[in-house]
Amino acid sequence: MDEVLSISHAGKSRGSLRVLEDISISVEAGQRIALLGHNGAGKTTLMKAILGLTPLGDGQITVAGHTPGSAPARTTTAYLPESVAFHVALTGREVLRMFAQLSGVKPADVSPLLDRVGLAHAADNRVGTYSKGMRQRLGLAQVLLGRPKLALLDEPTSGLDPISRHELYAVIDEMAAHGTAVLIASHTLTEVEARTDRIAILRQGKLVANDTLANLTRRAHLPIRLRVRAAPDCAADIAHETAGARVNGMHVEMLCAPDDKMAALRQLSAMGDKVADIDMHLPGLEELYRHYATGEDG
Amino acid sequence: MIRRSLAIARTEWAITRRNRWLVMATLIMLLFALALTFAGSAPTGTLGVDLLTVSVASMTTLSVYLAPLLALMMAFDAIAGEVERGGLALILSYPVSRGEFLLGKFLAHLAALAFAMTIGFGTAGGVAAYYGGADTASFTALLRLILTSITLGACFLALGYMVSALSRSATTAAGLSAGLWLIFVVLYDLGLLGAVVIDDDGFFTKVLFPWVMAINPADAFRLWNVAASEGVALTTGLTGAANTLPSWVAPLSLLTWPVLALGLARMFFGRVEP
Ligand SMILES: Nc1ncnc2c1ncn2[C@@H]1O[C@H](COP(=O)(O)OP(=O)(O)OP(=O)(O)O)[C@@H](O)[C@H]1O
Ligand SMILES: [Mg+2]
Repeated sequence: MDEVLSISHAGKSRGSLRVLEDISISVEAGQRIALLGHNGAGKTTLMKAILGLTPLGDGQITVAGHTPGSAPARTTTAYLPESVAFHVALTGREVLRMFAQLSGVKPADVSPLLDRVGLAHAADNRVGTYSKGMRQRLGLAQVLLGRPKLALLDEPTSGLDPISRHELYAVIDEMAAHGTAVLIASHTLTEVEARTDRIAILRQGKLVANDTLANLTRRAHLPIRLRVRAAPDCAADIAHETAGARVNGMHVEMLCAPDDKMAALRQLSAMGDKVADIDMHLPGLEELYRHYATGEDG
Repeated sequence: MIRRSLAIARTEWAITRRNRWLVMATLIMLLFALALTFAGSAPTGTLGVDLLTVSVASMTTLSVYLAPLLALMMAFDAIAGEVERGGLALILSYPVSRGEFLLGKFLAHLAALAFAMTIGFGTAGGVAAYYGGADTASFTALLRLILTSITLGACFLALGYMVSALSRSATTAAGLSAGLWLIFVVLYDLGLLGAVVIDDDGFFTKVLFPWVMAINPADAFRLWNVAASEGVALTTGLTGAANTLPSWVAPLSLLTWPVLALGLARMFFGRVEP
């Protein structure tokens, strides 16, 4: 196993607030991990701890075996902050060249990178004239400098249109294919679902999930929602028999566990003409995310 | 180490040039220096010194105000502004240390100040020499003025970084810098003046006063320039204080400050969480 990032029992307090609590995550080379959580859940704080920018209270983190913030750890880590504000007076090329010099990459390597993120045409314009998405792309370009072993992307898709998002994930896949471990902070499960190998969810500083999407779905055991349209005057009967809730004069809503789905359907079909129609709503990614991120269902 | 500092410095220098700061600072220095040179041309005959000496004397006074001001204006944003923009977290995710980062900013800012001072004072001095004569002594005084002005600038750059590291936002840093300028350049001297008046030619005035004065880098700068040149001393009337001090005191103070302040700035910078 080629472990690039190891976080064990990491904890941190800010004043009386526990911003990180007993977090353990391990990421191997080439893995893509989504780090999800509400605003203030601690995603950015965790990334800054991995970068050694903010000290941990308890536990420990190693990056390719090195202490966070040490020179070798920094050399192997790339970072895309959640809000990048490069100096407006500089051109994209100048910004990238500075980062290249800081990381020890030869300046000649800059042009292909700008091209890779679709900024070649604006490379010599000032960052002040860039759109939000273009700045985000510039931020991504510096992530690609020097083939990092670990990439920390804090909400990399913010400000990107759907096509750019797609391109971003293509870039991430390429990095992962080259063996970079990628940690992506995001707010929406829908967005990272197909693009990550594992999903970690933070809730108020605690790690409440860290698994594949399939396992998370299975474990959450989220109920299926059946919405039954009743024939005229039959809603009360159906609600009584199925213990469902009447939504209005016409509809009854009932929740059932995935395993009870067929039983419920059989019961409904046994009611014959009373049931006019059935809508089945399977739990989606939003529900799944809400289940873990807030601890409540539906 | 120096390679990474230079990368930061090169970028910072590009910014200084790009946002017209360099041009503005140089123009300000040049215009004020020229104006003072010609406004001060009257007493040349009476004191028996050449125009360049008079010019250097006026420019010394000018520099006491302008060098700290320009330096602080450049420095206050260096850390607080970078934290605010989120740029510091990104830069420090690269293998560059805080010391290297600070050194890079310092090199660029110092180069900008040196450029503005050299062009400004150099041109005004040259013009004065051309119209009103000069000799080796007055040229030395001009050179000393330029070099000490740069040192004074270095000192306030470092103080500016210190304030920037201690501030939560660039706005706060700007406010604190203004306060710093006011204290070192205006209030300190006013305080000393008040003390001298109250003391009425007692122990403080006779013995302590020049030493206390030399502690302030802005005054040390003034004392150094005055004490080192008789002509300049004559035209500024600061001979009293300057002559009672051993000649090494003012230079030591002025040269120690930048080192000390940079050290402090680095120390406070270490506590900044980007
Ligand atoms: N510099 C700071 N000083 C004090 N508290 C902070 C600081 N930075 C973050 N916090 C607190 O730490 C907690 C976690 O913040 P963090 O920025 O890590 O959240 P996040 O998951 O990245 O949220 P978002 O999705 O909004 O970016 C929050 O309660 C926040 O108020
Ligand atoms: Mg965040």
